[in-house]
Amino acid sequence: MPTRRRALLILAALASTAVLSISLALIVGSMRIPFTEVAATLLGGGDGVSTEVVRGLRLPRALTGFACGGLLALAGALLQILLRNPLADPYVLGISGGAGIGALLAIVLGFGVAAVNGLAFAGALAAMLIVFGLAQGNGGWTHSRLLLTGVIVAAASGALVTLMLTIAPDDRLRGMLFWLMGDLSQSGDPQIALGLLGAALLIALPFARELNLLARGVDLAQALGVAVNPLRRGVYFVASLATAAAVTHAGSIGFVGLVVPHLVRLAAGNDQRLLLPACVLAGGSLLVIADTLARTLLAPQQLPVGVLTALIGAPVFLFLLARAAPRGD
Amino acid sequence: MSLAPLLCARQVAVGLAGRVFCRDLDLRLMPGESLAVLGRNGVGKSTLLAVLAGLRPPLAGEVLLAGRTYAASGARASALLRGWLPQGRSEAFSSTVLETALIGRHPHLARWAWESTNDAAIARQALAAVGMADLAQRDVQTLSGGERQRLAIATVLTQAPQLYLLDEPLAHLDLNHQIAVLELFARLTCEQGAACVMVLHEPGLAARFCTHALLLFADGTLTQGACHEVITSEALTRLYGYPLRETGDGRQRWFMPA
Repeated sequence: MPTRRRALLILAALASTAVLSISLALIVGSMRIPFTEVAATLLGGGDGVSTEVVRGLRLPRALTGFACGGLLALAGALLQILLRNPLADPYVLGISGGAGIGALLAIVLGFGVAAVNGLAFAGALAAMLIVFGLAQGNGGWTHSRLLLTGVIVAAASGALVTLMLTIAPDDRLRGMLFWLMGDLSQSGDPQIALGLLGAALLIALPFARELNLLARGVDLAQALGVAVNPLRRGVYFVASLATAAAVTHAGSIGFVGLVVPHLVRLAAGNDQRLLLPACVLAGGSLLVIADTLARTLLAPQQLPVGVLTALIGAPVFLFLLARAAPRGD
Repeated sequence: MSLAPLLCARQVAVGLAGRVFCRDLDLRLMPGESLAVLGRNGVGKSTLLAVLAGLRPPLAGEVLLAGRTYAASGARASALLRGWLPQGRSEAFSSTVLETALIGRHPHLARWAWESTNDAAIARQALAAVGMADLAQRDVQTLSGGERQRLAIATVLTQAPQLYLLDEPLAHLDLNHQIAVLELFARLTCEQGAACVMVLHEPGLAARFCTHALLLFADGTLTQGACHEVITSEALTRLYGYPLRETGDGRQRWFMPA
């Protein structure tokens, strides 16, 4: 169990990583802008072109990436507790599937970015409510019932997404695939995503110690004084809305929500008072770095950032699994 | 003189998934008393304990903790008074033994408070009481079944409630640890005004360490009273559906399968 002092030290270290990753994202790209110039533009100086590139293009994209990475990692950490399953990720309950249906429908119909985002969010909300309603049943939630309902809704959504990909006109396919792989190039204004990230963290943090207990079992948490039913509903909605917000802004970027909580847990333990804010900082930094790589590795070609998070995340995750295996259970 | 009972059940019916285990249960448990719950597998002992702990609503009747229903007291105030030892536990995430014992302090801490050195001292004392002082930094996922059980007992001791509801406290324990745990709770009830309800499978131990016993029969009937009146070879033979013979040395009684 970390002391408060140690927790603050770890968070300070992660916060500087986040600042570094965002600085890097502002400096590198097709036009390399030196750090002093970046600092000058941020402070209101600098020449016209670099101001345009840094403040108009790179900063919003980096901040949106940070917000989405933070939202996904936070949602992943919350769902792993809710389902008491370390392998849960933000998409396991079918929310990205619902968002995918909405977004691809909008792209097939030739709508603009705003409508794509709007329909994606509507789809995510619909999936969230369907899973919530079906999993509730008459006997209340169990972990397996919630998980199975989510998996089935995700599978059904996946089929619909494939159907739309099959019948879509060729000129729309590339946009659809980029959306599905996760893409920050059309992300737009970061304020909403950052605001939602802050709100989700502020709502979750006061309940962090209760979440520690919930991770050890519902009955045990209740016996130790946690009002479990409102807490579980709250966790479900905060995690779902965080996922929906991230998916709406950046498509379904994989692995951030699964791997980041794991990495943080390995490094800093499973105390949610530290884990939740640490996940936000680490997830945000990871996505900013991955997105910077995505737009520079094969420049001028841009890769979908989801490809990179998966390429980074899959080996890391396999490594963690191999490490955890000998312990058995 | 009339003391308020710590735990009181009035006309309680207990059931699960359409089955009714027992009806019209009236129970009063005073500080200093300990109640053994005996019965065959599947007669509803654990469900009854969960109902008494306020984790599951009774089918009928009401359960009062220190004179108030669980709903009226709220989860946190209830947790200051009553501890519950679950039957079997699995940990989905790794954590140390000390961290796990420390979750017992949750109801004592304010929302933004972190565990103090005093809380850690209480947890270490509880771990020492079950012989796990040396294992404080071990990962719970590496513990044996018996060690897990002792850790669960240490967690409920760290919680330091007045009423202990123990679902099979002796499961997985070696003989020496079984006796040590029973002596520990007997001391808490005799000397510190605590009260215990424990599900046991050994009537001899129940007769030796508990003041009262509740026998749940497979047909849904029940008998309760002081141990020396209720725990008899005739009643146990009916309870377990197998002939049992009483032996003893005048001080302690044992029940052997005939």
